[in-house]
Amino acid sequence: MSRYFRAKVVSNLPLNKKSNLLTLRPLERAKNPEPGQFYMIEVGNSYDPLLKRPFSYFRKTSEDIQFLYAVRGKGTLLMKDFMEGEIINIIGPLGTGYPKPSRGYIAVLIGGGTGIASIFSLAERLTKNAYILHGAKCREELLAVNELKSLKGESFICTDDGSFGEKGTTVEILEEILTQNSRLKTQNLIYACGPRAMLEAVSKLAADKGIKGYFSLVEYMACGFGACLGCAVKTVHGYKRVCKEGPVFPIEEIVW
Amino acid sequence: MDLTVHIGNLKLKNPVMTASGTFGYGEEYSEFINLNRLGAIVVKGISLEPMEGNPPPRICETPCGMLNAIGLQNIGLKRFLGEKLPYLRKFNTKVIVNILGNTIRDYIRLAQALEDERVDGIELNVSCPNVKKGGIIFGTDKKMLGRLISGVRKSIKKTLLITKLFPNTSNIHEFAKIAEDSGSDAISLINTIPAMAIDIEIWRPKLANITGGLSGPAIRPVAVRMVWEASRAVKIPVIGIGGTMNSDDAIEFMLAGATAIQVGTANFLNPKSTVEIIDGIEKYLKKKGINNIVDIIGALCYA
Repeated sequence: MSRYFRAKVVSNLPLNKKSNLLTLRPLERAKNPEPGQFYMIEVGNSYDPLLKRPFSYFRKTSEDIQFLYAVRGKGTLLMKDFMEGEIINIIGPLGTGYPKPSRGYIAVLIGGGTGIASIFSLAERLTKNAYILHGAKCREELLAVNELKSLKGESFICTDDGSFGEKGTTVEILEEILTQNSRLKTQNLIYACGPRAMLEAVSKLAADKGIKGYFSLVEYMACGFGACLGCAVKTVHGYKRVCKEGPVFPIEEIVW
Repeated sequence: MDLTVHIGNLKLKNPVMTASGTFGYGEEYSEFINLNRLGAIVVKGISLEPMEGNPPPRICETPCGMLNAIGLQNIGLKRFLGEKLPYLRKFNTKVIVNILGNTIRDYIRLAQALEDERVDGIELNVSCPNVKKGGIIFGTDKKMLGRLISGVRKSIKKTLLITKLFPNTSNIHEFAKIAEDSGSDAISLINTIPAMAIDIEIWRPKLANITGGLSGPAIRPVAVRMVWEASRAVKIPVIGIGGTMNSDDAIEFMLAGATAIQVGTANFLNPKSTVEIIDGIEKYLKKKGINNIVDIIGALCYA
C-alpha cells in the first residue's frame, strides 16, 4: 500500500465564489487518514507550477477522500478546472494529526476559514460533547455550515461582518466559552486551524488562561514527506517539519 | 543490457544517483522505492557539528522551478554515523556523503571520519549559496579550491572524491580542470543557481534568507551546457545535475558528456522519479538498439 497513488476526480463542486469541495477516489489501495493528516495533490502535469499542493483532508468516506480548498494562487486556480473523471497523482496521508482529547477534557475545536477542513475530520470522530467554532469574514466565505450542524457537539458560527451567525471572531467566542467553563471548573483542550493571526490570538488566550491544546500549521513545502526540509517552523525544541512532526503541534511548543 | 558505469574506483549498477539535499538520508524514500535499485545515494550535506538551518519561509516556487534556502540544516557527523549510516548500509547501493565545512581542516576531519567508516564516496560541497560560511569561498576561488581538494585528497586513501562545482562562473572548464589536477576523482555539476523572488504585494523577498538556490527544470539547459563544457576540459567523469525530471533529461546529460546523473528536485514531485528514470533509460537504449550505456556518454554529434 503506497502513499503515492493515483486518484480519480469524482466531483469538484463550487461551494462559493472562492472555495470548492473536491472528492477523489483512490484507484489503488490507500491507507486511511487520521484527523489532521494531509495529502499532497498534483495540480497539473506541466512543470509550472512545479510542486504538489498540501491540503488537510476534510472527510473520508468509505470510498472517497474529500478536500475543501479556496482559490488563492496559480495551483488552486488549476484545481478549480479539475474535471470529473480526471486522474491525478496524490501522496498521503502525511504528517502527524491531532491527538485524541484525554479523559476529563472538553474539546474546543476552532476552524478559521478553510481551516475548518482540518478541524472537521477531528470533529467527526469525537464521541463526546465538544464545542465547534467556525468563523469567516462574511457569510459567503463560511464553509460546511450544514455539515457542522450534523455533528455531535455544540457549534458556533460567526462572521466578521455579522452577515451570518454571530458578529465577531472565533477568538471572542472562545474567550466566552473559556470564561464560562472556568467558573464551572470544566477543563478545556483547544484544537485550532486557520489564519496565522487567529492562531496567534488563540495562543495568547490559551497562555493567559493556562489552557493546553494543538494547532495545525501550514508552511510552504516541496515534498510533504520529510525530505526537503522546506517547511520548517520554529518550536521550543528547534526547527520542526510541518510535514512530518506536524502539521499538528502542541500550542505551547510553537515559537511565534 | 549493461547499465553499469564507473566513477573513479566505484562501479555503479546504473548511472542514476540522488542529489544531495533532496533525498534526506534515504529513509524518507524507502516506502516509495526499492533503494537497492539506485546507482548511488548521495545524502544530505553533513557538517562536523549539527546545523539548525535558516528561518522560514525556506522555499518558494518559480516558473518551472523552485528556490530553496534551507541553510544546510543537518544532524552533524556524529549522529549521521550513529543513526543514519547503519541504515543506509543495509542496501545494495553505493553511499556517497556530501560534506561541508568552513575550513580545509573541517573538510579533512569529515573526510577522514567517513573513510574510517568506509563510505563509498565523498562529495565536497563547495557551492552552497545559502549560508555565509557554506564553503562557497572554495567554490569561487580557484586557488582555494585547489588547496581544499589536494588537502582532502592527501588525507584520505582510496575513498572516491567528488567535487560539486558552483555554477556562477563564466569559466567552468577552469574549475573542472583544477578539480582534476588537485586529485578529485570526479566532478558533479551544477549546484543550484543563486536567485531571488519578491512578493510584490508586500514588497518583501519570498525567502527569509532573501536569496536562495534555483533548481528544477528551469535550470536544466544551463546545466547541460556546463556539463558539456566541463566534460570537454577533463578526463575524469562528470556527473550531471540540474532539473532532471525523467529519462529523456538524463539521456540529454549523458549525451552532453555526463557519466552519471543526479536526480534532485524531481524527487519532491514524485518520490519514484529515480526508479522511473532507470526504467526509462533502459527502454530508450532498447529502442535505439544500444547494449551498453557507456556508448551514449559524450556521444553528441555536431554535424
